[in-house]
Amino acid sequence: MTVNEKELAERVIRISGVNTKKCMKCGKCSGTCPSFEEMEYHPHQFVSMVEKGQIKKLMESKSIWTCLSCFACIERCPRSVEPAKLIEAVRVCVIRQQGENHLKANAVPEKLDENMPQQAIVSAFRKYSK
Amino acid sequence: MQKIGVFVCWCGSNIAGTVDVERVAQAVANEPGVVISTDYQYMCSEAGQLKIRQAIKEYGLTGIVVCSCSPRMHEATFRKTAQAAGLNPYMVEIANIREQCSWIHKDKDEGTEKAIILAKAAIAKLHLNTPLKAGESAVTKRALVIGGGIAGIQTALDIADAGYEVDIVEKSPTIGGKMAQLDKTFPTLDCAACILTPKMVDASAHEKINLFTYSEVEGVSGFVGNFKVKIRKKARHVKADLCTGCGVCTEKCPSRKAPNEFNQGLNKRGAIYIPFAQAIPNVPVIDTEYCVKMKTGKCGLCATVCPSKAIDFEQQDEIVEREYGAIVAATGYKLINLDNFEEFGYAQNKDVITSLELERLMNAAGPTKGTLLRPSDNEHPHEIVFIQCVGSRDVSGCGKPYCSKICCMYTAKHAMMIRDKYPDTKVHVFYIDVRTPGKNFDEFYRRAVEEYGVDYIKGMVGKVVEKDGKLLVQGSDLIANEQIKIEADLVVLATAIEPDPSVKNLATMLTASIDTNNFLTEAHAKLRPVESPTAGVFLSGVCQGPKDVPETVAQASAAAAKVIGLLAKDKLTCNPCVANSNELLCNGCSQCANVCPYGAIEYINKEVNDHGKREVRRIALVNEAVCQGCGACTVTCPSGAMDLKGFTTRQIMAEVDAICK
Ligand SMILES: Cc1cc2nc3c(=O)[nH]c(=O)nc-3n(C[C@H](O)[C@H](O)[C@H](O)COP(=O)(O)OP(=O)(O)OC[C@H]3O[C@@H](n4cnc5c(N)ncnc54)[C@H](O)[C@@H]3O)c2cc1C
Ligand code: SF4
Ligand code: SF4
Ligand code: SF4
Ligand code: SF4
Repeated sequence: MTVNEKELAERVIRISGVNTKKCMKCGKCSGTCPSFEEMEYHPHQFVSMVEKGQIKKLMESKSIWTCLSCFACIERCPRSVEPAKLIEAVRVCVIRQQGENHLKANAVPEKLDENMPQQAIVSAFRKYSK
Repeated sequence: MQKIGVFVCWCGSNIAGTVDVERVAQAVANEPGVVISTDYQYMCSEAGQLKIRQAIKEYGLTGIVVCSCSPRMHEATFRKTAQAAGLNPYMVEIANIREQCSWIHKDKDEGTEKAIILAKAAIAKLHLNTPLKAGESAVTKRALVIGGGIAGIQTALDIADAGYEVDIVEKSPTIGGKMAQLDKTFPTLDCAACILTPKMVDASAHEKINLFTYSEVEGVSGFVGNFKVKIRKKARHVKADLCTGCGVCTEKCPSRKAPNEFNQGLNKRGAIYIPFAQAIPNVPVIDTEYCVKMKTGKCGLCATVCPSKAIDFEQQDEIVEREYGAIVAATGYKLINLDNFEEFGYAQNKDVITSLELERLMNAAGPTKGTLLRPSDNEHPHEIVFIQCVGSRDVSGCGKPYCSKICCMYTAKHAMMIRDKYPDTKVHVFYIDVRTPGKNFDEFYRRAVEEYGVDYIKGMVGKVVEKDGKLLVQGSDLIANEQIKIEADLVVLATAIEPDPSVKNLATMLTASIDTNNFLTEAHAKLRPVESPTAGVFLSGVCQGPKDVPETVAQASAAAAKVIGLLAKDKLTCNPCVANSNELLCNGCSQCANVCPYGAIEYINKEVNDHGKREVRRIALVNEAVCQGCGACTVTCPSGAMDLKGFTTRQIMAEVDAICK
């Protein structure tokens, strides 16, 4: 991993407060994830990829936006690893990048449609108001 | 003034690696009373002990300090060494410069400084030591085994075969434990009842074994060799001496609402019941919760039909007091409660079952007479999902942090048996790891995969929900990196096990200790695995940690060997480091007796001569055979009247002074 990626990995760990080494690779997070099919990298992969320092791949992946922030993976993990916090941290890293043009929180309401679950709306605001 | 020898051990590099042993020996050579101070590679070796014996004779030593490992390891060795050279064994002090010094320090200077201080403290204490003489106590040649599962039965049989009397106290109406509920047993797949029931019969027929079933231990006092135990024989409401076990009462009882514990609640039983056909003793019990007569006063059908007039609605609990030389805990385990795991839908779906329920569904004596039918509609399941590690290896607070050890093997057993009996059934097993160490164990698991075509999936299930009469199982297949969904007819949870909840209370009564998971702790994880840290209390079976039957039986026999070794002795040497009260200082306040965990303190009225004033006072008197030297009384006594021989307040203060100097 390049120096830059190492820094990124450290940043993700710091922001999330997750200890990736606690993961026992059981896959329960990915077994429970309702957005699994929509995600290129799955919650358990976030844990192992952050561990390996492969942050750029994660930052470029759509997975960070298709995660619903439902926190089912956090709830079910038997080792209290909290994969969704890593996903959130990678998201934050992307949002904080200079010069990138992302949705602003006040642009969210016009995108909402009727069928969107409450939880998704709340997490959309959380995601984009960083 | 004492003539003291100091012997500093290197323990190879264990001590010498972080403590400059030579410097320690030199640093204390000029302490008051020290006439010889030396070091050696292994003080505990023959050559090391010889050095000590020679020095005792040559210098006419009155006491020795050995700076070495923990007194738990070699205090006894060095006491014997001293005794062989004519010294009182209690004129030996150990300075623990290994566990409490070299092993915890990295810096050699720091380690050395601390070792010198510890040596000085031991020397300061030794100056105040006096020769002590150990007394003796007799051994009651009878053992108590608490819990009548396979562990308790095996321990009892082995002790009884050696010629000693054994009582088994079992809280349920029959002996047998969980093994009686199992269908077949891995790795050989022999029928559990076929190999267990002969042992149950042996235990009940053995002239040296006395069974107290439907009984519980209420109180324990005394000490190794001389325990006194109160046993509550709960009222069965059936006179065991009259009952012939014909079972007419159990057939006629109109109350049919009680969950059948033996079948894990999968069906109901009568209010008067015998847990299973081969139960021992074959005497029914009335469950007063469900008995119509007990609730409403009407019914009494069982008493009417009983040809032997054995039913006794008035029967009361009975308390029996017995004496024992040794006690073995064999209280086993239970499955954990699954309330914290709602993702698996155990409470919502009848067809989500535990592995122990599956054992009953596969068993010929079970609720389905051995045909595998799913509980919701009594249909044959055609697709079955097993989930391993449910509640085990879980540090989130929902389950247990440890591996339950038996579930990988029994899941392979279940999967194999189902594929064997119902080849049209698809069987999937979700696993995190497959842990099958043990003789012929991994071969067994591989047979399930290779010969019986069981589908093992590396991953965990995230949720189980009911959908159109099927159970939708969603889990991950980590090797394929896929999330898979299986429509199953039956889901079996390999549920974590935990110690029987009664063990907490029992541990308090026995002054035995339990770990953070409530398993009883052994005296030494490697070298004393079947002894508890409390003398005379031994451990057998799953109450000490998860185990399968072969391991349980091996441990049960090991515990029996320890008990036999104890009961074979006519006398036990008592610890002379016991409490004694100074009759002039004692004001008879009773506080010491209140804290003594062994009941060693009594009060007597005695005439004392207090500086010429003669009067009768109430003073504490320690029974030296009962006192275990724990020292609780000495720190409680408000008048400073209680002291502990070998560890007097003056000795401890001398050590503290030496450390603080
Ligand atoms: C689903 C399942 C399948 C299994 N299959 C196999 C297998 O195929 N092969 C194998 O080798 N192992 C198997 N096992 C493991 C096996 O059940 C245990 O190894 C064995 O039962 C342990 O015996 P035990 O005597 O230590 O405990 P238990 O069987 O639990 O017996 C303890 C006894 O003590 C009694 N008791 C508890 N507390 C008290 C108290 N305070 N006072 C008095 N009595 C008390 C209980 O009522 C019980 O009778 C299986 C376990 C499960 C859950
Ligand atoms: S559930 Fe937890 S322990 Fe299991 S793979 Fe996911 S992060 Fe790792
Ligand atoms: S928080 Fe995201 S990754 Fe975790 S389970 Fe929900 S959707 Fe999946
Ligand atoms: S008296 Fe109680 S135990 Fe006896 S038959 Fe009636 S309900 Fe059953
Ligand atoms: S024995 Fe196997 S199934 Fe049971 S907790 Fe351990 S790893 Fe999990």
